Amino acid sequence: MRKAFVVVGVVLLAVAVSSWRNVQSFKREDTLSAYGFFVGKLSDLKPAPGVYQYELNTPLFSNYAEKLRFIKLPDGGRAGYSDTAVFELPVGTVLIKNFYYANDFRKPEKGRRILETRLLVHENDGWQAYPYIWNDEQTEAQYDPAGETAQVTYVNQAGKKISTPYVIPNKNQCKGCHIRHSKMVPIGPSARQLNRDITSSAGTQNQLSYWQSLGLLDARSFETSPKLAQWDNTAALLNDRARAYLDANCGHCHSKGGPASTSGLFLDIFESDMSRLGVNKAPVAAGRGTGDLKYDIIPGDPDHSILVFRMKTNDPGIAMPEIGREQIHKEGVALIEEWIRKKTFAKND
Amino acid sequence: MRSNIFTLIFCVLAITAFSQKEIQKKFQTQFIDVSNGGTIELPAGTFQLDASLWLDEKKNVTIKGAGIDKTILNFKGQLSGAEGIKITNSSAITLQDLAVQDTKGDAIKTQMVDGITFKNVKAEWTNGGKKDNGAYGLYPVQCTNVLIDGCVAIGASDAGIYVGQSKYIVVKNSKAYQNVAGIEIENSLYADVFDNEAFNNTGGILVFDLPDLIQKEGGYVRVFKNNIHDNNHINFAPKGNTVGKVPQGTGLMILATRNVEAFENRIVNNISAGTAIVSYYITENPINDKSYKPFPSNIYIHNNYYDRPNVKATSKGRLGKMYKFKLRFGKNVPHIIYDGIVDKENPNRNICIRNNTNASFANIDAENGFKNKSRDMKPHDCEQSPLSPVTLSARSN
Repeated sequence: MRKAFVVVGVVLLAVAVSSWRNVQSFKREDTLSAYGFFVGKLSDLKPAPGVYQYELNTPLFSNYAEKLRFIKLPDGGRAGYSDTAVFELPVGTVLIKNFYYANDFRKPEKGRRILETRLLVHENDGWQAYPYIWNDEQTEAQYDPAGETAQVTYVNQAGKKISTPYVIPNKNQCKGCHIRHSKMVPIGPSARQLNRDITSSAGTQNQLSYWQSLGLLDARSFETSPKLAQWDNTAALLNDRARAYLDANCGHCHSKGGPASTSGLFLDIFESDMSRLGVNKAPVAAGRGTGDLKYDIIPGDPDHSILVFRMKTNDPGIAMPEIGREQIHKEGVALIEEWIRKKTFAKND
Repeated sequence: MRSNIFTLIFCVLAITAFSQKEIQKKFQTQFIDVSNGGTIELPAGTFQLDASLWLDEKKNVTIKGAGIDKTILNFKGQLSGAEGIKITNSSAITLQDLAVQDTKGDAIKTQMVDGITFKNVKAEWTNGGKKDNGAYGLYPVQCTNVLIDGCVAIGASDAGIYVGQSKYIVVKNSKAYQNVAGIEIENSLYADVFDNEAFNNTGGILVFDLPDLIQKEGGYVRVFKNNIHDNNHINFAPKGNTVGKVPQGTGLMILATRNVEAFENRIVNNISAGTAIVSYYITENPINDKSYKPFPSNIYIHNNYYDRPNVKATSKGRLGKMYKFKLRFGKNVPHIIYDGIVDKENPNRNICIRNNTNASFANIDAENGFKNKSRDMKPHDCEQSPLSPVTLSARSN
């Protein structure tokens, strides 16, 4: 008799768990609007309740496109804090990344054109990427796993009119970056990237504390949390800025467990071995990516460092990163050149 | 009338441009949507593509064209992606009956795939051997159970067929020409390379172990029954690449690898070195990797046929200068060259050379400024037990 109760209990528990899993399961919609992540006019990207905008200290450069990032955790879900790794985000989490160009970078009031929205969704069997391409009317974005090449036109910070192809990556290319040990993972939401001030309706405050106040993170102190430098903050130390830039732009592939581990070049923030960081390191399987140069980094000599050579071209057979880099990031190149010229990579000055 | 013609031309151009974009999308969608166990059929024709085609996380999928010279994917003018076709994180994938041309980077790269078959596939740069060509034609890396059969690689600025950091490999019935390296097995374990023709490359077949890599130690490589001839192409590798050091006129080069057996090959008309057995020190690159072993050992060269024309070795490049100013062989260049650099911790490196036809030899004593170079092959007259054939595991799911 008692045994029967136990059996019924187990069955009920199983039903409860499976229905909970059903609640968590994610249905991929054909249109972005169908998810209801945004309220009002879709292109205003005004987050619905439970959807929060977040910012990173040093984001990945993407052809000068600007990005608006949002996170939606499942009801009652919390991010698991880590000092070093990307936060443990529960099943049901959706990261929403929107790519756009201001029509005139000097005058944001002149409007913008959103090109694509990428969803990174934590499903029961792991993370999945779902790319959406916006229409010209900016009224809707349609699920499109194959990607395409769009032509964008805008006026840049210097007032110069730029017309350039922008390659919207296909679903698999998302994994070119978002992969660690053959598994798809998010990259951005780590303590070092999120540890910064953010301005919301609640005023300006530390973003980690803000997440905590929203119940997105457990209660703890963030005083000792690591903080990645902002690559373009000239008040920060040169080495910190350069390493932050390399961490955000290269480290997702060039790290142990990343796809570029084949090269033996590791550019993530944790690398402390100068040779693995590229100093006087001969390239492996780089082909014409070497540009007739011998070493990844020659201290004091950016012009003969392969690292700089590959940042300075948009030839897809040479350019690094391999995707999302149809344009050259001049300011990023200048930073890495200065870092190599001043040989600051071994010390903090 | 004239404006009508212009309108017509405009329309034709517009249709072409439109269909190119559609083709890219159609193929890439097929690569994403194919279900496990499925086949992607690519029709006959020449298709102009502007971004990589990428297959990821699939099992037991075949990508099939209408024939090696019938389905041609041309990537001239490519905007995005460092290769033509990329296949990752998959198992039991077959690529067959198609050609990939003029990619900006590598032609076909496969990474982290267990069971990858290239059958009747051509990777080609159509303007011949040029420095601006991509590095690798067929490029499996970090793969297991690799079969390359009936393939052709032309014009790679590094290696036409390049297997790197992989295990259980068969390369057969294939042709490589006008590449810097025809066929290269690098930091890879258990490879059989046979019945191939490597000609008009800078170096025909290379077996290399390089430092600073994840898969540290390659070896157990058998190179047999290949026709390795006329590999006298000028070296057009961009500097900084290890193959950039390979002297023009190299047939078979074994660099820093252990357990290599080369037999029953026809190694002819390679002007500088029919066969070279060298340590990594010959590259004069610094070694930072402390776990790296720079010396070749357990090498067995036997029953090969050698011949060469009565001409001088190359004088180009650093090693060409070595021939010209240090070795001074004139036209009497030995077929087999051993660098003679001694591993002090392991002086007997077991390098055996026996029963070859026409083979002449030199230990060039590179460590001591070539002072005691010797053409005496006797110290290497020894036998080794043959390496076992490679068996590939069939993966069907």
